[in-house]
Amino acid sequence: MAANPMYQFNVYRIGPEIKIGEVDISFTNASLFMVISTLAILIVFNLGAKKKSLIPDKIQLISELSYSFISKMISDTAGAKAKPYFAFIFSLFMFVLFCNMFGMIPYSFTVTSHIIVTFVLAAFIFIGVTVIGFLKHGLGYLKLFVPSGVPIILLPLIVVIEIISYLSRPISLSVRLFANMMAGHTMMKVFGGFVVSLGLVGGWLPLGFSVALTGLEILVAFLQAYVFAILTCIYLNDALNLHH
Amino acid sequence: MKKIIIYLCALFSFNYIAISAETGGMPQLNPEFWFSQIFWLTITFGILFIILSKFILPKIRNNLEIRKSQIMENIEIADNQKTKSEKNLKEYDKIILDAKNNAKKTFNLAKEKIQLDLSKEREKIESELNSEIQDTENEIKDLKKSSPEKISLIAIDTAAEIIQKLIGAEVNKGNVSTIVNEQVKLMKDK
Repeated sequence: MAANPMYQFNVYRIGPEIKIGEVDISFTNASLFMVISTLAILIVFNLGAKKKSLIPDKIQLISELSYSFISKMISDTAGAKAKPYFAFIFSLFMFVLFCNMFGMIPYSFTVTSHIIVTFVLAAFIFIGVTVIGFLKHGLGYLKLFVPSGVPIILLPLIVVIEIISYLSRPISLSVRLFANMMAGHTMMKVFGGFVVSLGLVGGWLPLGFSVALTGLEILVAFLQAYVFAILTCIYLNDALNLHH
Repeated sequence: MKKIIIYLCALFSFNYIAISAETGGMPQLNPEFWFSQIFWLTITFGILFIILSKFILPKIRNNLEIRKSQIMENIEIADNQKTKSEKNLKEYDKIILDAKNNAKKTFNLAKEKIQLDLSKEREKIESELNSEIQDTENEIKDLKKSSPEKISLIAIDTAAEIIQKLIGAEVNKGNVSTIVNEQVKLMKDK
């Protein structure tokens, strides 16, 4: 099998080539895992929402705990005004989490390890947040770039820095998730390769590393989904409650 | 199901082998399938968002709210029942106290009545006894009164008979009686 640790990130076509004009939108392994993640989320939460028992069973508990977990996260970071965006942040968190987690299955594909996927999500959030900010505050939203209590002499510099930091948000958001997922999976592949090449004699140490890394990666998979969602909440908070 | 899994495994491994022939680098930066990924991401995430926000999340929220309200309701009911039962307990205590007092009262009444009855009965029996004793005493007195005369009469008769047997002649009873009476008087004086 492939010794190159980057091969696991290859995207290939499954089934026929689909083209709209010049654009290739064929169904790929990435698409397959997006569909699998979506279906898994829908199945789990549909099962959880179906039962209406007063004392929840396991699957109902999972969905209700996730609901209250994300609800609490949003109200903690963005306040009560962010309630209309709950469904979006919930979907975002669950999508990223499930994609990350499905990526942990050997020989599967990690959707979020592709910069284009995370960048589209981050760019959508960035544009959405900016639009919400301008809709809520009009041109007053530009005050975001002018922090209060800053000496006038420093103001030009600060404003430039603030604008750059604001514009780099989608990049930092997308690269954070993509780089974490890619690095983790590459590391696991590298150690897996060591196990094979060192064989029965020396393979035990990298095998141990592999096991430990798997645990770490599962943690990272959850953590990155959480960070992605909570940063979205923080950006949303900036747009909804103008603090500066 | 097994067939599908085997088919998928075969598909993946086939593709792996096919790709491993290509050169290295970061597949993420290869723009060949970028539009495909964007397209499928939009579709899957869109569907996920719509179904979650329209159908599933409201249900979960509803469930949570129903549970919350049910719990509050139950707490309220429990509070009501608690106050009610406390009230009942107080009433019950009061009833028991009343019953105790009543029992004491009845007991005392019964005691008094019994004592009264007892004393009445005793008085009655005592008076009966007294009257009987009186009667008997009277009888004894009568007997005492009448006995000396009878004794003297018997003595007269026997004396007369004894004399008749001894002498063989009739004796005047009047004489005998005077003698006997004298003797009786003598005896009484002694």
